Amino acid sequence: MSDTGEHLPASPAGDVPGAEVPERVLADLPEFGPASYAPAPEGTDLVHIAEDYGLFIGGEMVPARSDRAAPTVNPATGETLATFAVGGAEDVDRAVLAAREAYESHWRDTPGSVRARYLYRVARLLQERSREFAVLETLDGGKPIKESRDVDLPLAAAHFFHHAGWADKLDYAFAGAEAHPVGVVGQVIPWNFPLLMAAWKLAPALAAGNTVVLKPAETTPLTALLLTEVLRDADLPPGVVNIVTGDGTTGAATVAHPGVDKVAFTGSTTVGKEIQRTLAGTGRRLTLELGGKAANIIFEDAALDQVTEGIVGGIYFNQGQVCCAGSRLLVQESVADAVISKLRRRMDTLLVGDPLDKNTDIGAINSAVQLRKITELVESGVRQGAELYQPSCALPERGWFFPPTLFCDVSPSHRIAREEIFGPVLSVLTFRTADEAVEKANNTPYGLSAGIWTEKGSRILWMAERMQAGVVWANTFNRFDPASPFGGYRESGFGREGGRQGLLPYLHLQGAQL
Amino acid sequence: MSTAGGGLGVPKTYKMYVGGAFVRSESGRTYPARSAGGDLLAHAVAGSRKDVRDAVRVARGAQAAWAARTAYNRGQILYRVAEVMDSRRAELIRELARATTGSEATADPAGEVDVAIERWVWYAGWCDKYPQVLGGANPVAGPYFNFTVPEPMGVVGIASPDEAPLLGIVSRLAPALVPGNTAVVLAGERHPLVAVTLAEILATSDVPGGVVNVLTGRRAPLVRALAGHGDVDCVDLSGCDPADHDDADVAAEAERLAAETVTRVVHATVGERHWLEAAAQSPYAISAFCEYKTVWHPKGR
Repeated sequence: MSDTGEHLPASPAGDVPGAEVPERVLADLPEFGPASYAPAPEGTDLVHIAEDYGLFIGGEMVPARSDRAAPTVNPATGETLATFAVGGAEDVDRAVLAAREAYESHWRDTPGSVRARYLYRVARLLQERSREFAVLETLDGGKPIKESRDVDLPLAAAHFFHHAGWADKLDYAFAGAEAHPVGVVGQVIPWNFPLLMAAWKLAPALAAGNTVVLKPAETTPLTALLLTEVLRDADLPPGVVNIVTGDGTTGAATVAHPGVDKVAFTGSTTVGKEIQRTLAGTGRRLTLELGGKAANIIFEDAALDQVTEGIVGGIYFNQGQVCCAGSRLLVQESVADAVISKLRRRMDTLLVGDPLDKNTDIGAINSAVQLRKITELVESGVRQGAELYQPSCALPERGWFFPPTLFCDVSPSHRIAREEIFGPVLSVLTFRTADEAVEKANNTPYGLSAGIWTEKGSRILWMAERMQAGVVWANTFNRFDPASPFGGYRESGFGREGGRQGLLPYLHLQGAQL
Repeated sequence: MSTAGGGLGVPKTYKMYVGGAFVRSESGRTYPARSAGGDLLAHAVAGSRKDVRDAVRVARGAQAAWAARTAYNRGQILYRVAEVMDSRRAELIRELARATTGSEATADPAGEVDVAIERWVWYAGWCDKYPQVLGGANPVAGPYFNFTVPEPMGVVGIASPDEAPLLGIVSRLAPALVPGNTAVVLAGERHPLVAVTLAEILATSDVPGGVVNVLTGRRAPLVRALAGHGDVDCVDLSGCDPADHDDADVAAEAERLAAETVTRVVHATVGERHWLEAAAQSPYAISAFCEYKTVWHPKGR
């Protein structure tokens, strides 16, 4: 989603190999001293964070019966922002009961046009308070403010706005079938796009007429908790959305609860498999949006300056903590040197640091745990013989940071080419023919996304057809939209989010007639 | 009446159908298929886990070419299945009646055969239409052309139900074939023979070898082998009756095994289990055997 270049001006002539700038021009330029950077931090005074938070059940903030709580930390400083409740089995049970009560007493019979009104209100309220949400998102999760401000928040609002319009049009969405809600939905979301994932989950579920128990991620509960204010301001009836914060045990209790008719999970493939096992034989529905190891494939005829921006956006967006990140770069051999040299120069200009700074490109890694995982995998890359490149940027002294990282001479058997790193780490492999590119791209158990860069239209369509991936970006990368279905093939999960196809998991289709 | 052969008939040996050939089990085992009255109808092959693995390998090998055929071509082939089935209508009715009369299965063999023929015709016509109905262009907020197409999942394993030994298979197999999946079909355990006759029909209907493979045998071990196979993309457990305790256990175990490689699990819905009715067929049954792929490309000069 960060700019991939097709709308950016081409790089200055000086970037093109062999294009020398005449000395006379240089002589005319004034002398500059060494560049000094003036920080441009976004203000945080518009955000109010409470000392501690309860659970949102039945329309009210209530204390957790579990008596458990945990701190949520600003990953850029290590400072505790607030304490939140860690819901236990009894709390999940209460939330499911509240959702069931709301579903059966009125929500399932609420006309689509009325459900639409609530969702439109939520979209508008989110737009109105978007800067406040963006700052809180950056404080709690460590992502650069320019991303939470320009990507997460606009998209979250757009998801509610888009799905609001579906609520009263479901009869037109699936020809020949009557669409009914499924019931109570349990949703467990990750920490990389905390509010956006809440929007991806809540909007289609509510539009389809379900009620929800949502479990935010352990390290990023704050924007979901702020969202409860929006839901209340929108007059959404109590119990339609319940938010139970907590850790892995809270999530496990949510997906295992027998009162939940459908589970939607976004997170790691390991946990996704565990959930699929948990639900086996229960007859309850499941969709999974899991990990990825996307190939970003560069053909020799591609526009290399745009490619460079696309690669950077593909892997360094949100510090690479993106399930669909373009973490395997497949470059055609003939342009590999040129691409790598452009990429290194571009990496040298990336600003790593304070996520609240409006110019920061790469913010903080979400948690100490995640930083350890990234560090461990990068060490394995070095140990297994790949060639490491990192720009010489100073990292902040406090907080959890990792520099943008590039590995060349990567073999397909290296761990960094096979395992999802979920960090700002790019592995470069090369290919000679399109067939070889297809084979290497699909040589992974994952299948979430793929990138194709070439100026040849027929090759784009030929390649796109052969990618075992749910989303294919051609001459762009990391684009998202509520009208565009998102989700994986293979071990990247099943089910789609967004668009008409994204409604299917939340509906029971009945009585398809001849 | 001819007295050739002393009037003795020539009973058919019912084998399994794998890779376009009729084969016995590598295990050498069989089990008796009996009528409701207890008469021996034939010794059906008791397929083994190894047979499942062989069939999956063959189905995988046939998948890309089947999916690469044009939708028009796949439609004609599925229509051809209906044609050949219709030509053997009397035989199918007789065979179904002999196997099921007096049992809980099909009360109306002629009705089952006729609906099965009609179901092939119906799904044949979907081959070049379902992408327009299920996919489409997406109006994203930016200068991009964005479209979503349904694609085949790959290799689908189908556990067929006992209560409609012919129509149950057709109702699940046809929608799986429409988008270009290949299939390993486990015949219903109680009435397996008609599935072998269906395989003979497929073998003479221009369906390429390996696209449909039909195994017979005990449901539980074969379903386990299919669900736990890493190269099976989707298992359809419609043959495990949720109301039957043993079946439900088999289905639960199969679903746990499927989780090892995030294999998709599908079931016929309650409505779809009314096999003789129109509700048993829909484009959403095709959708259940599809992946959705979304492609983005910038617009510009």
